[in-house]
Amino acid sequence: MINYLRQGLLIFGFTLLGEALQMLLPLPIPAAIYGLVFLFLALCLKLVKVEHVKEFSGFLLTIMPLLFVAPTVNLLESWGLLLPNIGWILLLIAASTILVFGVSGIVCQAVCKKEDDHE
Amino acid sequence: MSNLTFLPLVITIAAYQIGLFVSKKVKFPLCNALLIAIVLVIGTLLLTGYPIDAYQTGMKTISWLLTPATICLAVPLYEQLQVLKKDMKAILIGICAGTLASLLFVFGFCRLVGMDSVMLASLLPKSVTTAVGLALSEQGGGNSAIAAAAIIITGILGSIIGPLLCKLFRIKHPVAQGVAFGTASHVIGTSKAHELSPLTGAVSSLSLTVAGVLTAVLFPLFVG
Repeated sequence: MINYLRQGLLIFGFTLLGEALQMLLPLPIPAAIYGLVFLFLALCLKLVKVEHVKEFSGFLLTIMPLLFVAPTVNLLESWGLLLPNIGWILLLIAASTILVFGVSGIVCQAVCKKEDDHE
Repeated sequence: MSNLTFLPLVITIAAYQIGLFVSKKVKFPLCNALLIAIVLVIGTLLLTGYPIDAYQTGMKTISWLLTPATICLAVPLYEQLQVLKKDMKAILIGICAGTLASLLFVFGFCRLVGMDSVMLASLLPKSVTTAVGLALSEQGGGNSAIAAAAIIITGILGSIIGPLLCKLFRIKHPVAQGVAFGTASHVIGTSKAHELSPLTGAVSSLSLTVAGVLTAVLFPLFVG
């Protein structure tokens, strides 16, 4: 039987750990990043098994896109800030997406090829 | 109406379900489920005159789940790590290069055209996954609505032009394609990468998480 409460306890526990670290450490890093890194380390060190968080994390990851609707709907109230910059913003988004796609893909491929040649 | 605390949540889930349904039927990249949901919710609010404040208050019932949901990205990250060990070096170098390029370019561009610090903090995290990007933008004093919109548009754009860019830049290696999709266009690009091949998809979702963490660490150097 799946122990949902234990899974929730672990995930909310790591969330609490993230919040505590954000509060205690003087770094401008969000609580979610601390929690993510520490849950990942706990999985790598076998302190937490994937089975101990699998279903609960699957549920939260499935509903995640839903949580992005509300912040974006606030665009209705940010028109004043957005409108004067809209042309630049769209140009920036297009140019940087092409650049980042190209740089990350080309660099990764070059390293892959170099590694394959060594073998 | 404001007594109906679950109304905003029901509207939002219904809009997202419609979005999922349409995006499955219509195989056109602009028909992204999240984009459809956002348009439907904004349309509903405008047509009915339902106050945005009341909508946001209602959505607070679930928005507190965003931090734990983001933390859960660690689980697929761990699972993919087992499969992708062989190419890990190339993957990590590719993500680092892309993330640095993103931050430097956005920073330079914003400075060049004279955007203020609010816009800079809203646009800097545009290539990383929404959960991380929103948190970073808020911390840097950005506008979270603009940050969320920029992130989602970046994702949709990446998933539309990604296959074309692969040809243009001659990115043929499935691992490199995955790194490009995940680093440049996070979750939305990753769903496109999954269509290319399961390996490309797995690399892409690993890349979006690593790029998110890396951006979070470097972000403070570029704002404030």
